[in-house]
Amino acid sequence: MSSEPHTTSDQQASDPPDGAPSGKSGNEATPPPTTGAFNTRAIDPGRIECLQILNEHGRVEQGMAPNFTSEQLLEVHRAMVLSRAFDSRMLTMQRQGEMGTFAPSIGQEACMIGQVWPLTKDDWFAPSYRSFGAQIWRGWSMERLMKLWAGYHEGFAPPPDVNDYPFSIVIGAQVPPAVGTAMAMRRRNEPNCVVVNFGDGAFSQGAVAESLNFAAVDRAPVIFVCENNGWAISTPMTKQTRVDSLAIRGMGYGVPSIRVDGNDILAMMVAVRDAADRACRGEGPTLIEAVTFRMSLHTTADDPTVYRDEAEVAPWEGRCPIKRFEIWLANQGLLDADGCERVKAQCEAEVLAARDAFRESAEAKPREIFDYLYVDTPEVLERQKVEYFKRLDRKGVE
Amino acid sequence: MAQLTMVEALNKALDEALAEDDRVCLMGQDIGVNGGVFRVTKDLQSKYGMDRVMDTPLAECGIIGTAVGMAVHGMRPVAEIQFSGFTLQAMDQIEQNMARLHNRTQGRFNVSMVMRTPFGGGIRAVEHHSESREAYWVHTPGLKCVIPSGPRNARALLKAAIECDDPVIFYEPKAVYRAFREEVPDEPESFELGKADLFRTGADVTLVTYGAMVRPVREAADDLADEHGIDTECIDLLTVSPMDTDTVIESVRKTGRCIIVHEGHRTCGVGAEIAARVTEDAFEHLVAPVRRITGYDIPFPYFQVEQHALPEADDIIEAVRDAMSWD
Repeated sequence: MSSEPHTTSDQQASDPPDGAPSGKSGNEATPPPTTGAFNTRAIDPGRIECLQILNEHGRVEQGMAPNFTSEQLLEVHRAMVLSRAFDSRMLTMQRQGEMGTFAPSIGQEACMIGQVWPLTKDDWFAPSYRSFGAQIWRGWSMERLMKLWAGYHEGFAPPPDVNDYPFSIVIGAQVPPAVGTAMAMRRRNEPNCVVVNFGDGAFSQGAVAESLNFAAVDRAPVIFVCENNGWAISTPMTKQTRVDSLAIRGMGYGVPSIRVDGNDILAMMVAVRDAADRACRGEGPTLIEAVTFRMSLHTTADDPTVYRDEAEVAPWEGRCPIKRFEIWLANQGLLDADGCERVKAQCEAEVLAARDAFRESAEAKPREIFDYLYVDTPEVLERQKVEYFKRLDRKGVE
Repeated sequence: MAQLTMVEALNKALDEALAEDDRVCLMGQDIGVNGGVFRVTKDLQSKYGMDRVMDTPLAECGIIGTAVGMAVHGMRPVAEIQFSGFTLQAMDQIEQNMARLHNRTQGRFNVSMVMRTPFGGGIRAVEHHSESREAYWVHTPGLKCVIPSGPRNARALLKAAIECDDPVIFYEPKAVYRAFREEVPDEPESFELGKADLFRTGADVTLVTYGAMVRPVREAADDLADEHGIDTECIDLLTVSPMDTDTVIESVRKTGRCIIVHEGHRTCGVGAEIAARVTEDAFEHLVAPVRRITGYDIPFPYFQVEQHALPEADDIIEAVRDAMSWD
């Protein structure tokens, strides 16, 4: 294993994911593709390299192995497996009518866990709604997250000891406050950082553009993780943008930016750790474009067969972030096939236990709907509350 | 005790807040070296440094969104939006985060911040510089909205807004900024938010107003008393959300007549809400219909004609005399 972490400048990408920018570059007069997630036509400023350490066959390029401890690697592996087990159970629970609309994240586990793994309790995380693997890592119980997706208010409240924003439903709206929190950290001389997650669709939002600029100007310790999964509901990258890498946008704001194979957990771990180290040293923000793919539905209310060719999905099955990591872990002698099965079984049991706890403890609290809006509740609301309670009494609702 | 303009009184309040509480910081476009386009933040950057009095990029949504994030992490930002016409650029962050984050997190996060912005017409400004859109803030659950009317209450209310644990929109009537001077006490003063100021007592008609319209209401009240022998009771709301309509209702129960005066659009404006509450809670005391003297439901007119579109004392006198004709 090499002793130094790998960073952008000295990194030679091996095979970038198909659909990510190919070797073709320049101003070829090829019309943009009308289907498919990614542009294959580079416009300018030319090809953006994509950091990859662990390729889709589970091999690490010679001399590129990062120096993580086996505990770190196994912990991260387990978190990815747990995330997938949670995802799969949530889908079942939704189909059985136990959940509201839910946004699956199968295939994006390396992005989710990689973006938060080096953070401490004093660092902050601002998730998007497809980040539950990361939320679990940060200390949100699965029981709490089940409540969130099942429509219980308390699911949105960050646990008392967790410095995270709840996710934002409005696309990209979580980004400006995340930058503001980083600005406050710098002013308070705290050696910490904020990670904020958003997607390729969110990157079309003005709020995200403004946030990058604020962070750059203020040298705020924030890491922008754009989890580019190719699709914003039915809108592919080709309709979202005319550039082939979202990472180049950061450069326009003076934010050091890197494109990473988002299905490569080792590359994600390295990129995020380096960005966090820089941020905590006072060197300002970083943009990480993590290239991955939305294997499943936008949400459970979505039917992708209407708008995308499922043939596009198949190649990404071969790039599964968990599978390739497990091949490598086995080759390193850290986890064999039986070990993988054991982890999977444990994670599934843990998810089922969380489901049972959720069923046990989930409680609608209709008498609390006025209680959290203001610190100092106005009289007008107190009166509306009295009126509302009368309705509940009439209906016999506790 | 000094004689200050509203601009100077606001500057005093900000200066005091910055000195008293190191969590307080100011942010906005051109507020630092330039002291703000109206000079409300004059000399504060040189006194408190660039990190506490921040010149921000030109991006309203970014200003409010990052202010929310700073508030969540224990600071008390006071963000200036240069003109209220530009606050709608920030509506995304006002609605999604400033107004809701406390509720979304079940009270875990406080958004103790103030958005200051000048509003209203009468200064011969270009388009988008004269709007009165306070109804948006009243209509958005989670916000409080304060509108001072003179130097003394501006200073005391801004102090209270900064000290408030809930997010506050502080709407400054720019026609009053330098219109007159008033004695402002040297010692700290903080008014309770959500309390109206009944500044004139009278038995005949209740006049309800706020902001720059307090002046024409005063003028009309004097004229009505002197020329027509009509005693008006005048209420300056000072906070439009939450609105102290208890003071209004109590007054209307006495006078039986209510006229509301504001610059903002009429339909679904603040006056509409007051009229509804008066009807709900003082119906049996009314002897005349509740009337509204307001801006019209049109974009604020270009400045060569703006003086005709703003409510003035004569409108109020006419409406009061009409109300008195009901028995």
